[in-house]
Amino acid sequence: MQLASLPDAHLVARCRAGDENAWRELVSRFSRYVFAICSQAFRLRQEDAEEVFQEVFSRTFEHLDRLRDDEAIRPWIGQLTRRLCIDRLRASSREELAGEPAAAGSDETMEQLDEAFAVHEAMATLSENCREVLDRFFARDESYQTIGAELGIPAGTIASRISRCLGKLRELLEGRKPGPDPSSRR
Amino acid sequence: MTAYDEQKIAELIRALPPAPEAWVQAAQELPLVRHQLDDIVARAEADLEFRRALIDDLERALRHEGYEPEQLPLEELRRRLAD
Repeated sequence: MQLASLPDAHLVARCRAGDENAWRELVSRFSRYVFAICSQAFRLRQEDAEEVFQEVFSRTFEHLDRLRDDEAIRPWIGQLTRRLCIDRLRASSREELAGEPAAAGSDETMEQLDEAFAVHEAMATLSENCREVLDRFFARDESYQTIGAELGIPAGTIASRISRCLGKLRELLEGRKPGPDPSSRR
Repeated sequence: MTAYDEQKIAELIRALPPAPEAWVQAAQELPLVRHQLDDIVARAEADLEFRRALIDDLERALRHEGYEPEQLPLEELRRRLAD
């Protein structure tokens, strides 16, 4: 089984056993989530976001042996990120003598990011073509031209591919069986 | 899971853009960095001259020994050497 296909708990177990490739996959798997909490939910400045980002993974690495539930690594990382963002905002507001930080990291925003994470997880089960085209267009904000050039497909077909792949993803999220997707990862 | 329309799915994909590549790479290299830190601290405990060089000028001593100081958490290393 490829590392990218491993359930979270198995991946954590491999990391704990010292598998450096598993650690790379764990960082890759949660990097967008941590980044989004720092930059969207808490709107940290770039340099603060970077420090929190590194601190989250550093503490995760140090705490691998002490996790209570390997399956709950995502909410654990989410809570840790949230706590470190709040600490950072408090420290900044003390420096600027501006009192407590403005409300940030609301439950609603966190719920939306959790939902986004679930959508990305579902997307990871689509074929590589679908994953790439959806990720490049929506998450990386690439143009049809760029996507076409990078993936070696005619730019004129990108819109229809996006629509088809979104349809597959929607079916998957709604629990219906998607159409044949022979290169599926999971 | 709630009911999804394609616009909502698109919004949720958009909500998680990639983190900067350099940040991800630095986090992925943590195990290597930890090994290096442990190695440096162990050597400093065993070799007083090396320890003195590290305390006098940390970055210079590290470079002299073939480490890349910019890749290491120097504050943490200073703390550990002071312990």
